[in-house]
This record gives sequence, structure tokens and C-alpha cells, in this order.
Amino acid sequence: MANSFTRMMTGRNTAVMLAVGAGSLASGYLLTESAAAAERRRLYPPSADFPDLRKHNNCMAAALTPTIYARLRDKTTPNNWTLDQCIQTGVDNPGHPFIKTVGMVAGDEESYEVFAEIFDPVIKDRHNGYDPRTMKHPTDLDASKITSGMFDEHYVLSSRVRTGRSIRGLSLPPACSRSERREVERVVVMALSGLKGDLSGRYYGLGEMTDREQQQLIDEHFLFDKPVSPLLTAAGMARDWPDARGIWHNNERNFLIWINEEDHTRIISMEKGGNMKRVFERFCRGLKQVEHLIQERGWEFMWNERLGYILTCPSNLGTGLRAGVHIRLPFLAKDPRFKKILENLRLQKRGTGGVDTAATGDTFDISNLDRLGKSEVELVQLVIDGVNYLIECEKRLERGQDIKIPSPIPQFRK
Amino acid sequence: MPFGNTHNNFKLNYKVEEEFPDLSKHNNHMAKALTKEIYGKLRDKQTPSGYTLDDVIQTGVDNPGHPFIMTVGCVAGDEESYEVFKDLLDPVISDRHGGYKATDKHKTDLNFENLKGGDDLDPNYVLSSRVRTGRSIKGFTLPPHNSRGERRIIEKLSIEALTSLDGEFKGKYYPLKAMTDAEQEQLIADHFLFDKPVSPLLTCAGMARDWPDARGIWHNDNKTFLVWVNEEDHLRVISMQKGGDMREVFRRFCTGLQRIEEIFKKHNHGFMWNEHLGYILTCPSNLGTGLRGGVHVKLPKLSTHAKFEEILTRLRLQKRGTGGVDTASVGGVFDISNADRLGSSEVYQVQLVVDGVKLMVEMEKKLEKGEAIDSMIPAQK
Repeated sequence: MANSFTRMMTGRNTAVMLAVGAGSLASGYLLTESAAAAERRRLYPPSADFPDLRKHNNCMAAALTPTIYARLRDKTTPNNWTLDQCIQTGVDNPGHPFIKTVGMVAGDEESYEVFAEIFDPVIKDRHNGYDPRTMKHPTDLDASKITSGMFDEHYVLSSRVRTGRSIRGLSLPPACSRSERREVERVVVMALSGLKGDLSGRYYGLGEMTDREQQQLIDEHFLFDKPVSPLLTAAGMARDWPDARGIWHNNERNFLIWINEEDHTRIISMEKGGNMKRVFERFCRGLKQVEHLIQERGWEFMWNERLGYILTCPSNLGTGLRAGVHIRLPFLAKDPRFKKILENLRLQKRGTGGVDTAATGDTFDISNLDRLGKSEVELVQLVIDGVNYLIECEKRLERGQDIKIPSPIPQFRK
Repeated sequence: MPFGNTHNNFKLNYKVEEEFPDLSKHNNHMAKALTKEIYGKLRDKQTPSGYTLDDVIQTGVDNPGHPFIMTVGCVAGDEESYEVFKDLLDPVISDRHGGYKATDKHKTDLNFENLKGGDDLDPNYVLSSRVRTGRSIKGFTLPPHNSRGERRIIEKLSIEALTSLDGEFKGKYYPLKAMTDAEQEQLIADHFLFDKPVSPLLTCAGMARDWPDARGIWHNDNKTFLVWVNEEDHLRVISMQKGGDMREVFRRFCTGLQRIEEIFKKHNHGFMWNEHLGYILTCPSNLGTGLRGGVHVKLPKLSTHAKFEEILTRLRLQKRGTGGVDTASVGGVFDISNADRLGSSEVYQVQLVVDGVKLMVEMEKKLEKGEAIDSMIPAQK
């Protein structure tokens, strides 16, 4: 039970109250709406700053018009985050003709509101027509609803569920100051230290770990590195590395949390073998306990009923959930219908190194495509049913039998 | 427009200790100079264009440096940065530029006729000669900070100025984003083309934003005078040619610069300059003259001599590989250039290169003959 002392230590309420008062204090120190700023706006109308997106292929470039830019350019969130800062990564990374990246990030929770005029069409584009203005996102972390969650381990080598969570009241990784980032670390690590039983574990700060600890974490595929992808570095997410970054995992090594990488937290439940139901059960249980522990100290996760859980990249809104398996499908891999089957099942394949890696041999990372508009339970069930179908196909092909492309799972595209 | 929420007023609610960067593993000038007191004094300030202390230092926080190479670790976002953040930048400048004081005055001398000699460096040893500097256009913010609108106007003004040049300076502008493949290959073959920065020293300072928008290369038809637009500085101006006639290279350098400056001044956009810091550039290491005058010179014997480093230090010269900064030498050929930028004039710095290289070539010849060079080692300049 938190006492008033612990509430003071990492109490969010104090920070919020100070922030509200800071507006009046800050104007005494800083030239916010100065004559210089007004002059710059006069000299450089929005048309002068509109980015050249002619060679670009990302969701931001497809949605951003000079009109939208003109309306939003001079707006800021309460944290002084701007549109140009949201879109910088998409301007700097034109994208690939085959892969459509998102091309923009949020700096804080309010970004999705202040810049809704550009975020809404990007969200619609990325999430199959989901309209944040009219639709509600369902959240369901009741793992008991899952059926048939045990895969044939002749095919499925490992099972994993991941998501992200952001701490309300603190800026997101593109925007956060060092003190905010350290606050995220403090809040989360303190909460995690309250986990018990099979979830109890320990924290390894990236800057403080010993060489031996580092090597062990690498060998277990737990360690994350300083981002090198220009999609992330151009969005400012690697600033001040490795300050306030770290990894927490439980003693059983099947529940893992990344702190201050691309999101405030990334939560991962995984294990070898095919028991996806148990992986998801532990995932839900762990998430709920962490949420309870931060709430005791006056903190909460960023969430709203239009967008679900708020994360840095619009592609991870809603559930932020990627549930997947590493699975061997040697026959299916060679079948020309493989791609279409996956598409209709709303699944995607990646190499076993994760996003943007190629598959080696016949082993694939298969996971859900969607994040927003369906609940966690729905998505995990979809993965379970889909993977079971793939295993069925593989067995049929082994026996020389024919396989069928399943009918597409309905979406809500208008 | 920097990235990162350096305009986040909410961070002022946190104490200085909570916001102060962890510089315990860092080896750069910024990390040496920045104290909690200075940070506390400057952290809520910004220049009129909105550049903050956290913007200035981000590159140094993100790049701890190397035990052997001392990088600067901070950049200016505009001319006013050097004033608003002088409590940090003055000690950095002093450390980087041999004890240069806040009260010192810098001398500018672009009169090439004041250079003595320099036309007779032995071309059997001196393969090429080059002088470069940078210039910033007054009234605009610098590459770490400028918006797309500003960068485009800088390009527009630069194109106007450069395409109006004639005679030996008649040339053509190649914008990076509209180059044909053939043009690109030619520029690469001529060693003129610059690439999107990959060095984290530059990318962490925001200098690669919006690439390749408003970036380009201009060169004269003779391919001896070259200007880079909107790379690490507004303008980088380069005069070069094969062989050892540094005098001619410097003449063309000074003449070209003065012509360009006249045109910018006519549009009320002269170069950023003041009598304390000389020419204002993005990186504090390039203040003063911003000049690097150098040669590619063959010194296979001298470079392996025990006193090579000492000789360079005494001559106030530095060596680099022939790929430029942070590269190694190939085949005994070194890039030798002036080490100083601030506190002495252009003429003085090029004179050091001319005299120093001449001496080193003499030393190389002596070593070839198997003779000692101890009597030739100069006193500290």
C-alpha cells in the first residue's frame, strides 16, 4: 500500500500541479511568443516550409497536404511539440516502393489530438480504414477466453506476445527530456520491483550492466541495442543513449520489459514451444499487475477509447500487440499460395530476426497484422486460429493433399 | 527546428541534477566545460530564433568521443548562440583554440598578395593543393536549426550569387535532388560530390534533416573552385588544383570569396562575422578563419621518423589521411594542413602551411639520401 511518502517520491500529481503553474513562471524566463517568432512566421509562411514529398512513399506523405500543413504548422502541444517534429522522420526517410512506413511519430499524448487533422488520415490508412472520429477501440485482456492455444511443437518452436505502454503525463521518446526519461525509468522500475511469484525479477540499466550480464542478455536475445534504423534516429529516439534505458526480466526469463527504447515500455511474454495460451495468460497477468502497481503511486497508462493504448508510432495504437510464433513450414514456404493465405488470415511473416529481416530457410516469424480496432483477445485468437490453419496446410502438403486459401477475415474498411 | 523536445518547459520543473546529462564517460570539449552551475544558469534561455542549451549540447551528449580524439561536442544554431551561451562556449573555444580569451580580437586578412612564396612546392612530392573555408549568411539560422524555408532561401541566394560569376569563376550549380546519373558520376569521379552525412557527430546535431532538400554543389568550368551549399555550413568554399602552386590556389580562393561576398552584401545578406570570433560557423572548431589549407604530400620516410609528430606540432600543422578527416594515410601520402583557425589570419595560416610543407619536403629529400635531419627541426611556431 503506498504511503504519502512514496507518492511524493514518484508522485505524478505533484508534477502535473507544478506543470500547470509552470506556464506563468516560464513566460518570465523564456521568450515564447516573442516579436522574433512573429517576424519569422511573417517571413516564412507555411508554403515556404512545406516539405518536398514527391519521392516519398509513406502514410504521412500520402496524407499531408499544403492546406493541412498550413493549419497545423504553428500549433504546439502543451509540451511545445510541433508538427514539424512529428513528421521529421517521414521527411528524412522517403521509404521504399514496396514497404509503406508510417512516416510520423507522436511526441506526447496530446499530439494525436492537436495534430488530429494529419494523424487521423494516417491512422485510417495504416489501420484498414479505422476512423478515430467515429469508432471505439475494444480493450480485452481476459486470457481465459482463449481457446485451442496449444500448438503442435513439431512445427512451432516458440511463442511470444509483445505490446507497449506509455506513462501518462510524461513525453514520449522522440520528445522527452532527460529528466522525463529518468522519471519513466524510476516509475516503472519501482513498480516492477513489486512483482511477486513467477513474475519477480530484476532490472539491468543499460549504462551500468557488467560485460558478463551484457553477454548473457545478448545470448538470450533479450538485449536491445542503440537504434541504428534511420526511421528511429531521425525521430530523435536515440538521444542521450544509454541514459535511463534498461531491461527488466523475471527470474524465469519468460517475462521481459524494455524501458525507454522506442516506447516508454515494451512488455514481452515468451517461451520456447507452442503454449501460446500460457504466454498470453502470463502477459495479461503481468500487465495488470504492473498497471496496478503504478496506479498505487498516482500514475497511469496513456489510453483512450478512440485510440486504445497510446504509443509513439501510430502503427502501434490500439492494442500495440504483436502475437507471434517462430514456425517451420518447409512445404508451405515453397507454395505460391502462402502469401495469399497469410493475407486472408490477417497474418504477416517476418524473418526470425524480427522486423525488416529476411526468413532463413523454412522458419518464419508469423504474427498478427492488425493492432487497432480489435481487442487483445480477438487478435491472439486470430493468431492461434491462423497458425493452426497453417499447420493444417503444412500437414496436408506433407501428405500430398491439396490446400485451400481461406476466405478473408472481415475488416471494417468503409 | 531541432528535434527532441528541447522546448519542453515542463522539464524546468525538474531540478538541474535531474536534467543534467551523464557525461562520466565522455571525452569532448563540451563535457569538459559544462558544469551543473553553467547548465543551471543557461538551461531556461533561448536565442531569438528559439535555440536552447540542450540543442547546443545534444551532439556532445550523444557522442561520448574517443580517448585519443577530442571532438568539440557542441554546435551553434545561429549567430546569437555564441552570445547567449557564452558561459559554455567561451571555455570550449578557449580550450579548442589554444587559450583564446573572451577579450581577444581575431584578425582577418584575405589579401593574397601578403603571402610570401608558395608557388614552388615540389610537385614530385606535393600532389595537390587545396584551401577551404566556410561562410554563414547573416540573417539565417545555421544547419542544426534552420527550417526548410530558410534553407531554400539560402540555396536561392547562393545560386544567384554563384551563377553571376564570370571569367575564371564561370560555372554551374548542381542541386542534389535534381542531379542526373551522369552528372552524379562525374562529380564523384572529380571528388566533388558530398554525401548525406553519416557521421553521428553531424546527424545528432540535426544537420541531415530534410536531405537532400536545398543542398547542392556549384563548381567553375575549370573545376578549380567549388562551393557546397547547405552541408555542415551554409557555404563551404574550396579552391584546389593538382601540384604544388599553393599561391595560385590561395589567390583564386581570396578573389572568389570576395566576389561572392560582394554579391551577398548587395542583397543585405553579408557573411556572419565579428571582430572577436571572426567568421561565425556551425562548429566552434571552425571559428576565426574557418580555413583549412593543405596539401597531399608524399612523405614516406619522414612520416615514419620518430620526430614526425613533434615536427608537425612545432610547425602548427596537422596530418590526416587522404580521405580527409578521420581517415588513414595510404602509401605514405598525407594530407597536411594548418591546425589553427582562430587567433591568426588567413594569410598567416596559409603561410604556415607553405613554409612548413617546404621544410618537410626538404627533410624527406635528406632522409632519402640517408642524412640526418636533426639540425633542421624547427623551433615551436
